[in-house]
Amino acid sequence: MNTVLLCLILGGVLGYIIREKKNFLKHLDKITFISVLALLFLLGFSVGRNPVIIRNLHNIGLQALILSVAAVLGSAIVSFVVYKLFFKDIKADEK
Amino acid sequence: MKSSIIIVIFFALGILLGYLIDESIFYVSDDLSTYALHFLLFLIGISIGCDLKVFRIIKKLHYRILFVPLAVIIGTLLGVAAVSVLFEDITLNECLAIGSGFGYYSLSSIYITKVSGEVLGVVALLSNIIREIITLVASPLLVKYFGKLAPIASGGATSMDTTLPIITRYSGKEFAVISVFSGTVLTIIVPFMVTMFL
Repeated sequence: MNTVLLCLILGGVLGYIIREKKNFLKHLDKITFISVLALLFLLGFSVGRNPVIIRNLHNIGLQALILSVAAVLGSAIVSFVVYKLFFKDIKADEK
Repeated sequence: MKSSIIIVIFFALGILLGYLIDESIFYVSDDLSTYALHFLLFLIGISIGCDLKVFRIIKKLHYRILFVPLAVIIGTLLGVAAVSVLFEDITLNECLAIGSGFGYYSLSSIYITKVSGEVLGVVALLSNIIREIITLVASPLLVKYFGKLAPIASGGATSMDTTLPIITRYSGKEFAVISVFSGTVLTIIVPFMVTMFL
């Protein structure tokens, strides 16, 4: 958790220093997307080679899937209400 | 939408190769994904640092930022409580304990395995991993139908690290700070909530 914050802060400081270098910043989204792909591939890889997860994927997996879909939908719906009530101005800020 | 299909393909490819490749021939360290994650967080830091609008947003939000983790807790518990009637072998409290992992699968599944046994531990592990996967894969859809807080809500405790890159991509970097805040609060609260229900 500390490493997580450290990475964010280091990046933040560097970003602040180079904030005028528009040429580099243009490529930032692209580099980020490629890193996202790499990360997901690696996460998939560790799921695929975990025998406990793979072996139980079909039976216990269904219960787990139902629970996680319910958790995601429940929190998405409540967050939608919060978004509409309290976060409208953040949306307007964007452009 | 195109980019999320590419993401799913890469994830599926990872699972397939992880399953097929013999580790004695080709070994991929778990550390590699940790490094990839740290690199990504560094990149997100850069994008926040070069645009100070983010800090104006925190100032503006003030106490409202607390509503985000609160919405995740209430929504998650309501969701899992609603489907708990479908299971004959899992009680309401056990469902609530699994939900209280908020995607933090390593910690929550260890607690649940200790208290309620290995089978429920695996359900908790899978359920919380799937929660993370859904967030990684379905964030564009969540934004479209439930607004920009939805991927943060879906990510739960993971919205401060593993799912942060995806959230930043689809909700915008204005929401990155909210995401880190919500994920941090939930990560801290997980051990308390899981044990509370068991």
